Amino acid sequence: MSAEAIRLDGVEKSFGAVRALAGVDLVVGVGECLGLVGHNGAGKSTLMHVLAGALAPDTGRLTVGGIEPKTAWSSASSQAAGIRCVFQELSLCPNLSVAENARIVHGALSGFGWKARARTLIRTKLDEIFPGHGINPDDEVGDLPIGKRQMAEIARAFTVTSAPLRLVILDEPTSSLDAVTAEQLLAYIAKETARGTAIILISHLLGEILSASDRIVVMKDGKAVAARPAKTFDRASLMAAMGSDLNDVAVSEQLRPAPKPDAPVVVRARPSGQGAGSELIVHKGEITGLAGLAGHGQTKTLLQIFARQGAEVDGPMAFIAGDRQSDGIFDLWSIAQNVTVRSLRSLTRRGFVDPTAEAQLARTWRDRIAIRTPSMDNNILTLSGGNQQKTLFARALGSDATVILMDDPMRGVDVGTKLEVYAMIRAEAAAGRSFLWYTTEVDELTHCDRVYVFRNGRITEAIDAADLSEQRVLQASFAESGT
Amino acid sequence: MTGLRTHLAEKPWLWSFLAAALVWGLAVAFAGGHGGGEILTSALAFGTFTVIVGLGQMMVITTGPGNVDLSIPATMTLSGVIAMKVMDTDSAHMLIGILAAMGASLVVGIVNYTLIRLLRIPPIIATLSSSFLVLSTAISYGRGLRIKPPPPLAEFATVRMFGIPLAAIAICLLSLAVAVILKGTVYGRTVAAIGQNERAAWLAGLNVRGTRFATYVLSALLAGLCGILQSGFSGGAALNMGDDFLLASIAVVVIGGTSVAGGRGNVPGIWGAALFMYLLVTMLNIFGASPGVRLVMTGVIIIAVITIAGGERQTR
Repeated sequence: MSAEAIRLDGVEKSFGAVRALAGVDLVVGVGECLGLVGHNGAGKSTLMHVLAGALAPDTGRLTVGGIEPKTAWSSASSQAAGIRCVFQELSLCPNLSVAENARIVHGALSGFGWKARARTLIRTKLDEIFPGHGINPDDEVGDLPIGKRQMAEIARAFTVTSAPLRLVILDEPTSSLDAVTAEQLLAYIAKETARGTAIILISHLLGEILSASDRIVVMKDGKAVAARPAKTFDRASLMAAMGSDLNDVAVSEQLRPAPKPDAPVVVRARPSGQGAGSELIVHKGEITGLAGLAGHGQTKTLLQIFARQGAEVDGPMAFIAGDRQSDGIFDLWSIAQNVTVRSLRSLTRRGFVDPTAEAQLARTWRDRIAIRTPSMDNNILTLSGGNQQKTLFARALGSDATVILMDDPMRGVDVGTKLEVYAMIRAEAAAGRSFLWYTTEVDELTHCDRVYVFRNGRITEAIDAADLSEQRVLQASFAESGT
Repeated sequence: MTGLRTHLAEKPWLWSFLAAALVWGLAVAFAGGHGGGEILTSALAFGTFTVIVGLGQMMVITTGPGNVDLSIPATMTLSGVIAMKVMDTDSAHMLIGILAAMGASLVVGIVNYTLIRLLRIPPIIATLSSSFLVLSTAISYGRGLRIKPPPPLAEFATVRMFGIPLAAIAICLLSLAVAVILKGTVYGRTVAAIGQNERAAWLAGLNVRGTRFATYVLSALLAGLCGILQSGFSGGAALNMGDDFLLASIAVVVIGGTSVAGGRGNVPGIWGAALFMYLLVTMLNIFGASPGVRLVMTGVIIIAVITIAGGERQTR
């Protein structure tokens, strides 16, 4: 590798007793797309924060283009060196417009008429990466659904004004994108690397990693345990390198007995955009998928059902948020309190929440869903993104809810955990719980007994498990596109 | 030293007690080492009133950014005026007077929440405008009256046991109850959850509306209680009796370590802060500061304490 964009040697970083990085070496070549995989808490995000200058490593050396930076490495110097990041926790300012957010990272957009230039800059890049994106540069970010926020943030990372573009870090960039926009992004990555930009792609979707990257680095327990050309990996060998037990896959692929046809109806809802058309019906013990392009009314329908507006629901409900920052996490609280908040009423004895029962519930779910933490009494923000997501699963599954609503809940969750959670969902459904599952990953629809495809806030098609295919879902997603 | 520092970081309310002790020490030292006990006793007596309304204000502020109850002074006045007029110095009418005053406070709480919820007015405007209505009611109802409290009420509000005011002991127990409720009940947890993220609280199945309603009602009831006790303490109700409590109720909450951004309440700190605020004025009096200087110093010192003790906690 003659031309290297950036290089890390022996980087170590600890947070208290937790050793997040245990000596990592990483090289990214000019024009290379490096895939980075590993389980939740393997240290991927921490390593990227070190690269971006947001975290100072305890030890280790960093060189940019073969030269060691003269000043201490910081966010500003990494920005000046042409390093851009799109992190899992989206970092756009919600109270500013898309164009104004572009200005934040581009000091060059100053003086008279900066806003017009910012608009053009971000619109051009959005058009280039995501044709047909439907985002207006003047839209306030807080009003955009999470998928569009992610598109805006990705586009912003690739815009160029004064500073050159050397390396773009994409941490789970497709987690909130639907299949079509994710494909657009992957195509753009190939185009961008051809121009000489280096890209680090972090994803739990192995198919994406295998097809988009030139080389793959596997991280485990804070170390890089494998680094080979992508061609030499396949799904199975990649999972083996990450340390996933392949038997898990076999378990989750086992077929679940189909729910009884005469099971009672637990949810009957009509999306607000739906005229007289079809209803959404869920029977007891069923897993029901909500599909279609992102932001076409799936989340809205889930919220409508949760509020019991225009929906009849039989039994208590729980909601698993995908947008965990705004819909899920209580950031002043411990992990345990975040798990038990949905079950406080059932944990109450003589008017007070029983501390022993509460700790017991938290411990049970730490073990069942394997939340990686030394103590459940630690603050929720000490967890990696994927583990925070697991906490939300524990909150819902540990409650008395019989109907569980899931709003694209697998954002930032690693493959191994996903398989465990899939198995758990199947087991819970077999035990009589019903699931409504909005997902942007077409693969996940195979777990569903019935899939409703959304387009412009309405159900365009209901597909039974036996007839389900990616082709058919995509077709229905684009149906009646004239409206 | 580092032990003390981590201790302070974990228990932000210790700051307010440290500040109170420091101010008390200065005052006693300036007075030549005399009157320390007497100063403390009166600090407890006067601080108690601030604590009562501070507890309600803390619950309201903990429900999140923008939530504050500015109708506390008016509610206190209304409650005091009604209590004195209904009791009419007659001990036999005490219970009915208390019920009438608390009933009026309950109505204020309900009106406040109704304005916020149904008319979607921001709490700061809703409670401020309702306080005009409440104060006008108090004025028209109690015009020109200066009725003395019945002897048992005055007795309860002023009597001391071993130098400690009885009311202070009672309110200490009340504070304990509020602390337990905040930490250990579904209601208390819901208050903290709403303060961190109202939408997430709703999605976690918590009763957001009911809890906010109960919190504004609680704040009004505590203001009403404070009005009754204050009337008993100072020999009757007065139309300006609540004036000092607008700033004080908010200041003790903030100095006491409650997060202004919501989600984290703190009961012990309210006591420390209430004592601190009273002792501060006493100290400046002993120093012989003129009223103007006293007001300026009070403002500056409160700002300083909030900056030092609260700076780190409010960046989130």
